[in-house]
Amino acid sequence: MTTKRTFFILLQVALVVMLLTSACAPAAAPTSSEAKKVRVAVVMPSSITDMAFSQSMFSALKAIQAEMGGETAMEIVYSENMFKVPDAAAAIRDYASQGYEIVIAHGSQYGSSVQEIAPDFLKTTFAWGTDVNTFGMPNVYAYTAAAEEGGYVNGVLAALLTKNKLIGVTGPVEVGDAKTYIDGFTQGVAAVDPAIKVSKTWTGSFSDVALMTEAAKTHVAAGADVLTGSSQSVVGSIGAAKEAGNVLWFGTQADQASLAPALVVASQVYDWKGMIKEIIKNRESGKLGGDAYKLQLSNGGLMIAYNPGYSLPADVKAAGDKAIADIKSGAIKVEP
Amino acid sequence: MNELLSTSIFIGILASAIRLATPYLYASIGEAFAQTSGVVNLGVDGIMLVGGFSGFYVAMISGNLWLGLLAAMLAGLLMGLLMSFISVTLKAEQGISGIGLYMFGLGLSSLLFKTMIGTVKTIDGFAPVRIPLLGNIPVVGEIMFNQSLLVYGAFLLVPVAWWVLEKTTLGLKIKSVGQNPAAADTLGVSVDKIRYFSVCLGSVLAGLAGASLSLSLVNLFQENLTAGQGFIAVALVYFGGWRPLGILGGALLFSTVNALQLWMQVLGVNIESDVMVMLPYLLTIAALAIAVNRTRQPAALNKPFERGEN
Amino acid sequence: MQNDIGASSLKKKQKVPLKIQLKNGLGRLAYGSALPILAVLLALLAGAVMLLLLKANPLEAYSALIIGVFGSVSGLTQALVKATPLLLVGLGICIAFRASVINIGAEGQIILGAVMGTWFALIFRTWPGWLLIPTTILAGFVAGAAWGFVPGILKARFNVNEILSTVMMNAIALQLMNLLIRGPLIDPAGVTAGTYLAQSERLPEQVWLARLVPQTLLHSGLIIAIVLAFLVYIFLWRTTIGYRIRAVGLNPDASRYAGISVPVYQALSLTLAGGFAGLAGVIEVIGVQHRLLEGITSGYGFSGIVAALFGGLHPIGLIPASVLFGGLLVGADKMQRAVQVPSALVDSILGLIVLFVVGSAYLSQRWAARRRIAAIKSIEPIQSAQVKQ
Repeated sequence: MTTKRTFFILLQVALVVMLLTSACAPAAAPTSSEAKKVRVAVVMPSSITDMAFSQSMFSALKAIQAEMGGETAMEIVYSENMFKVPDAAAAIRDYASQGYEIVIAHGSQYGSSVQEIAPDFLKTTFAWGTDVNTFGMPNVYAYTAAAEEGGYVNGVLAALLTKNKLIGVTGPVEVGDAKTYIDGFTQGVAAVDPAIKVSKTWTGSFSDVALMTEAAKTHVAAGADVLTGSSQSVVGSIGAAKEAGNVLWFGTQADQASLAPALVVASQVYDWKGMIKEIIKNRESGKLGGDAYKLQLSNGGLMIAYNPGYSLPADVKAAGDKAIADIKSGAIKVEP
Repeated sequence: MNELLSTSIFIGILASAIRLATPYLYASIGEAFAQTSGVVNLGVDGIMLVGGFSGFYVAMISGNLWLGLLAAMLAGLLMGLLMSFISVTLKAEQGISGIGLYMFGLGLSSLLFKTMIGTVKTIDGFAPVRIPLLGNIPVVGEIMFNQSLLVYGAFLLVPVAWWVLEKTTLGLKIKSVGQNPAAADTLGVSVDKIRYFSVCLGSVLAGLAGASLSLSLVNLFQENLTAGQGFIAVALVYFGGWRPLGILGGALLFSTVNALQLWMQVLGVNIESDVMVMLPYLLTIAALAIAVNRTRQPAALNKPFERGEN
Repeated sequence: MQNDIGASSLKKKQKVPLKIQLKNGLGRLAYGSALPILAVLLALLAGAVMLLLLKANPLEAYSALIIGVFGSVSGLTQALVKATPLLLVGLGICIAFRASVINIGAEGQIILGAVMGTWFALIFRTWPGWLLIPTTILAGFVAGAAWGFVPGILKARFNVNEILSTVMMNAIALQLMNLLIRGPLIDPAGVTAGTYLAQSERLPEQVWLARLVPQTLLHSGLIIAIVLAFLVYIFLWRTTIGYRIRAVGLNPDASRYAGISVPVYQALSLTLAGGFAGLAGVIEVIGVQHRLLEGITSGYGFSGIVAALFGGLHPIGLIPASVLFGGLLVGADKMQRAVQVPSALVDSILGLIVLFVVGSAYLSQRWAARRRIAAIKSIEPIQSAQVKQ
C-alpha cells in the first residue's frame, strides 16, 4: 500500500476511534419528570395527518392528553411515516430504551418487531395492532378493530346508492383490518342486492398512494360509481373519485368527509380513547399487558360518521341506522 | 352485456397503457439524447422526483398548472447542470455519479416534500382533453384522443426527437460527439458544450416526466413517487436501440403490461399480480440478450473525453 | 471501460503503469487520498445550507445526529449493526470495481441471499446450530452469487451493459420476494390468525447469530464481516485470481495480451460481488430480523456503494468507512426523532458525497500530475530550461 493510502486509512481509523471514545462519556441523564407524568411513544406507518389509520391513533392520544391536563400530565412522542419495518423496529427499540412507559406500535406489520423487542424491556408496556396476538408476553397488548362491522354498514349504504350496480374497492394488502373491513363491506352489499358486483384491487402496499390512484382510476374506467378502500393511501382513491366527478366514497378508520365534501357519504371512525385510558389505568395497578382489545360498534370504539355535506336520502339513512342497531344488538353477525 | 364489457375493457386497458407510457416516453427520449452524445445518466429517477415535486408544489401554491410545469423543467435543468458538471467537466465515472445523483434527487425530493407539504395531498391536475373530430372515432378515438395534454406532448415528442436527431445539424453534432469525440473535436465541435446541452435537455425532459406523474397521471406527490421508473426509462434507451421509435415501442410494451395487471385485478382474474409485475423486467433482459442491435450503441458512451488523450 | 495506451503514454514522460491506472475512472477512485474526507465535509456543508433554507438549525440537527449515535451504547451498537451489511456489500462492490465492473445489483442480490437463507433455515430447521448457521450463510452467499452471475454472464457472452441488467435483476428480485413472502413462505402463524402478514415464519432459534451486547441488536455478524474484509484484502493482493481481477480492471488490453480473459474475470467479479451482497442479506435475516420481511434491504444496496467509495475501494479502508456510514444512517433517524428534521436529509447528503467523491477523483489526479511535473522540473533545471524555449 502506498503511503498516501496508509495515511488515509489511519486518518479514518483515528476519526472512528475518537468518536467511539466519546461514547464512553456517560449518557445524558434523563430529565427528571413529574411523579405522575405518563410518557407515551407511538410509532406509525404513515403521517399523523393521513385522515386514516395513523391519524386516528394520534388524535386519540392528543385528546386524552388534553383531558389529563396537557403536556405536564402526559408526554407524547411519535415517529411517523415508518412504513419500512426495520426503521420502525429501530424506533420502537429506541423509545423503549429511553424509558417511555407505553410504546404503541401502531401497525400490523410491526408485530415481528414487538415480538423481538418486548422481551428485552419487561418494564415497558407495548401495545400493537391491528392484531390479536400478544405473544404470550405479560407486557404486550394487542388491539384490533372489528372493521367488518362498519364495513357492513357502509356496504348496505353503498348498495342502495349505486346506479351502475358496480362498486370498486381499492385495498392495500389483504391483511388485518383492511381485509376485515372489505369482507364486511362485501357482505353488506350482498345483503341488500347479491347481483351488485364488488370489484377488488389489492395494490400490495400500504404506502403507495400513486398505485392506489391508478387502481381507483381503473375501477372508475370500468364503470364503478361507488368506491371504498382502506389504509393511508386512500387519499389517492378519493382523488380519483373527485376527478371523475360523480363517484361516491365510503371511508374507514377516520372521518374522511373533508377530503371530498360532496362525494364522501359516510366513514367508519376508529375511537381508540377508551382503550388507551384503560391501558394507562392498568399500569397504575401494575398490569403491563396481556389483553387483546377490540373496537366495536357496541363498545363505542367504532362509529359511523355520516357526512352532513352529502344529502343522503332518508330511506337509505334509515337502512344504515337499522344495520348499525342490528349489529349492536347481535341480530346481524358479520363474519370477519 | 358481456360483449359490451369486453370492448370497453379493451378500450380501458389500452387507454391506461397510453396514459402510463407518458413518463417513460419523456424520460427515456431525454436520456436517449444524453446517451447519443456519450453520457450515461443513471440519475434520471432522481431528476424525475425533484421535477415531480417542484411541479406539484408550484402548481399547488400558485394554482397554475403551467407554472408548475415550468418549475419542473427548471428543476430538471438544475439537476442536469450538476450532472454535466460532474460527468463532463470533472470527467467522473458516469455510472456512479448517476447513482449519486439518483440518491441525491430521492433524498432531496423527500426532504422538501416532508418539510414543505408534509402529507399527501391531491390537486386538480391536467384533465383529459378530447381532441375534436379525432376523438370521435369509435374505438381508437377513446383510446388515443381523450387524454391529457401532457400525454399528447409525450407522444408528439417521438417524431420531434427523431427529426432533431436525424434531420438537423444539431442532431449530427450530438451523434458525432457520441461516436467519435476526438474527430468531432478536430472539426471544431465543442464536445463539452454538446454534451452539456444533451444532458441538460435529457434532464429537462426527465423533470417533465416527473411532472407528468404528479400533475396529470396521479395528481399528487408522495415520497419515491417514481418507484424506479427512471431506471426503466434508462433501460428503454438500450431496449429501443437509441432510436425514438424503438423507445416508443418499448415504453408501450411496459405500460401495456402494467395496465394489464391493474385491470386483471379489477376484473377478478386470478393471476398472481407479482408475476405480472415481473414480466416487463424479464422481457427487457431477454431482449437485451437477444434482439437489441448493439452496434448502434454510441461508441464513446460512458467515456469521459479529454482532448489529446484519445 | 476500455483504455487507450497508445499515444498518450508516449506523450508524457511518466511511468506508464501509473498514468494508465489513473486514466481509468475507477482506478482514479481506488487511489484517491484525503479528498473523500473533504468531499464528505463539503456534502455536510451543503446539507447545512439546505437546512438553513428550510429554516432549521444545522448545528442543532448535526449535534442531534452525532450525539444520537455516539452518545449512547444504544446508538453506537445500532451504528455497528448497520455497518455490518454495509461492509459486506461494500466488499463485493470493491471486488467488482477493481475489475472495472459496476455492481448496481446489490439490492437484488441482498434479497436473494435473504430469501435463500430463510428458505434453507426453515427447511433444515432440525439441524443443530453449529451446522445450520454456516450452511445457511453459505446458502445465502451462493444465492447472491447466482444473482450476480446472471448479469455477469450476460456481459461476458452478449456484452449486455451490466448497469442495465443489474437494475432489471433488482426489480425482479423484489417481486420474487414479495411473491414468496405472500405465498409459499408466508408465516403459518399469520395464516391461522387470519392476518396474512407479508413475512416469513420466524427462523428457528439455533440459527440466530449470537448477540454481543445485551438488549441491543449487535450480533456476531460484525465479526464475520471484519474477518472477511481481511480475507478479501489477501484475496485481491496476494492470490493469482485476485491479481487477475485487478489487472483486468486496470488495463484490459494488456491483460488480454497476457492471456487473461477479460470477460471471464469480469463475470467472476460480478458473481463474487453478488455473493457478498447475498451474505449481507442472509446475515441481516439471521442476525437482526430473525425472519424475512419487506424492507429487508433497507437500501444497503445503494448505501453500500457510498461506503465503498468512501473507503477508497479498499477492503481495509472499508471497515472504518462502514462504521462511519452506519453511524450516519442511524444518526439520521435520531436526528429526525430529536429535532424533527426528516431523515431524508441524510439520504440527499449521501448522494452529494457520492457526487463529490467521484468528481474529486479527477481533480486529485490532475493535482497529483501537476505535483509530479513540478517535482521533475525542480530536480532537472536543464531540461526545464529547454522546455521553456
